Amino acid sequence: MVARTLYEKIWDAHVVREEPGQPTLIYIDRHLIHEGTSPQAFAGLKAAGRKVRRPELTFAVMDHSVSTKNRLLPVLDADARGQFEALERNCAETGVHLFDMNSKNQGIVHIIGPELGITQPGQTIVCGDSHTSTHGAFGALAFGIGTSEIEHVLATQCLTQFKSKTMQVEIAGKRPRGVTAKDIILAVIGKIGIAGGNGYVFEYTGEAVRGLSMEGRMTMCNMSIEGGARAGMVAPDETTFEYMEGRPFVPRGRDFQEAVTFWQTLPSDTDAKYDETLILHAPDLAPMVTWGTNPGMVTQVSERVPDPGSFDDPVDREAATRALVYMDLKPGTAMEDISLDRVFIGSCTNSRLEDLRAAAKMVQGKHVAKSLKQALVVPGSRVVKAEAEAEGLDKIFVAAGFEWRDAGCSMCIGMNDDVLLSGERSASTSNRNFEGRQGKGGRTHLVSPVMAAAAAIEGHFVDIRKWNNVDGAE
Amino acid sequence: MEPFIKHTGLVAPLDRVNVDTDQMVPKQFLKLQTRQGYGRVLFYDWRYLPGEKPNPEFVLNAPRYKGASVILARANFGCGSSREHAPWAILDYGFHAILAPSYADIFYNNCFKNGILPVTLANEQIDELFARTEKKEGYRVTVDLQEQVVTDDNGLRYSFEVDPFRRDCLLKGLDDIGLTLVHEPRISAFEATNLKHPAMYEAVDVKHHSDSPQSARHN
Repeated sequence: MVARTLYEKIWDAHVVREEPGQPTLIYIDRHLIHEGTSPQAFAGLKAAGRKVRRPELTFAVMDHSVSTKNRLLPVLDADARGQFEALERNCAETGVHLFDMNSKNQGIVHIIGPELGITQPGQTIVCGDSHTSTHGAFGALAFGIGTSEIEHVLATQCLTQFKSKTMQVEIAGKRPRGVTAKDIILAVIGKIGIAGGNGYVFEYTGEAVRGLSMEGRMTMCNMSIEGGARAGMVAPDETTFEYMEGRPFVPRGRDFQEAVTFWQTLPSDTDAKYDETLILHAPDLAPMVTWGTNPGMVTQVSERVPDPGSFDDPVDREAATRALVYMDLKPGTAMEDISLDRVFIGSCTNSRLEDLRAAAKMVQGKHVAKSLKQALVVPGSRVVKAEAEAEGLDKIFVAAGFEWRDAGCSMCIGMNDDVLLSGERSASTSNRNFEGRQGKGGRTHLVSPVMAAAAAIEGHFVDIRKWNNVDGAE
Repeated sequence: MEPFIKHTGLVAPLDRVNVDTDQMVPKQFLKLQTRQGYGRVLFYDWRYLPGEKPNPEFVLNAPRYKGASVILARANFGCGSSREHAPWAILDYGFHAILAPSYADIFYNNCFKNGILPVTLANEQIDELFARTEKKEGYRVTVDLQEQVVTDDNGLRYSFEVDPFRRDCLLKGLDDIGLTLVHEPRISAFEATNLKHPAMYEAVDVKHHSDSPQSARHN
């Protein structure tokens, strides 16, 4: 038999119809939706007189515009309220599962899918959200789609797709102290650029990836889209199976054993061929900080803001010049000298229990710098929030001067009232530093949770490798 | 969906790489429930000064580009968020075709679902088009999907590639859900064979609706 990659195995297992010269019709195992991009899809479906084909395979949650303060208060934003009501109505009419804003399982769609075991190895998973790539951490093929495609999946449980090329992204060797999954993926994007993965599905391999927890793997896969890739994947292994067992939507007992046996067939065959291979050496990596207006504009914390003149390509030079104007940064400024107005620990990239534990460890017994206007911790889900509270992490954060909030997308996208004001600068554990992403005129620097936590304490970026409470590699 | 066969129109140059969909439609406009009406907010933060006063520095506000229906853009156009509000806004503003060296994946897909033709041309061709647009006020091109060619009145003629299936859908304005539903028996057959696999398709536990008293973890 021909050796196949993880991607090819999942693809082959989901082909419904294949004809030469046409895109392939593939079956979708799990469809996740949220209030922001789904109302038009339901409306289109209704207008065409079509039904939801498999409502039991679609899962809905309210996350993008939810308040992270008091959920029991009325939603004042009429547009947001309209979307919540539409989702509620659409789910009730079609039989789609809904985790509404008061559900104990509510949270960011990409946090709750894995947490509830809805996400499983070998599946095809789509959602009207580009960070759907997160779920690839389980050895699933997961990618973001537009609203027309949401409607297509609702109506047919399938999508027409063109096969992607595959890129093996190997992170060789062990992670050094202070370097997290976030730093690895930022380094990857810094290396290939934000369009470097265009047309590809990434498969992350190598010792450093194997050594990551599921949380870390999710962080890496989450940001695959920021490198332009359609999806990112990690082959399932014992770490995956251990994470899966006992979650609500995961099979139990003998069925679980059977599932594991199947999951074990998924990893790429040893002699499988990738279209491209990129190798990064983990020991060379360092904590990363973005300096510009896309995630590829990134450098090590010990470095300086680059001089646009140092870029060979005139297009890059122009983009860097524009970015530095927007970011109000001067070339040559040490990254550690950049001071901050707000710190945000949250988002589908970095708001899981492991992230909060690591950040809490950095701030325990310390206090947020006086110069900071706000330091925010937004757990990715209500389950994460409850687990963190059971460990007392909320108390550590609050004692250190952080605000401890309810679950949602929050300041990553600023669709609720958690925003940056014009001219403000943030250290953020989220995934996009585009102009205005966290609020019009806001300036975002992407970092890991431990880097954000330390920056909150000092009021500016710090090289956490200088701190003695930073974890080692594994 | 309106078919796209051939379009002639004024070209507006947007000379920036990596224009992301957050710029096309900022988040505050993602809370609506329609597919229409986003033209007014296209490139909102670039286009308007406080109080929605047109920003004279932004290219689309220049009088010479009023009524433009073809966007000339740089590499990786439409990167970032999957929001289909971006192509909705582009179409609603009056654009029917985009000329760029490359596009981000999801945005590219979304264009075809909305009757917008994203044409991919070589970097040098895009450079030449920028030069011509800059030089001649009222510069227009014809984008012909049937012939797969971009032309102007001065002899420019660039052919382009596009996937034949996507081309056909756009030429005919086909509803791709309808196209897929033609294969309903195949979908049913796939489900009959595969949906039984417990690891992949069946939630064995209770469904967690908002009124469920249980927490996510059973332990």
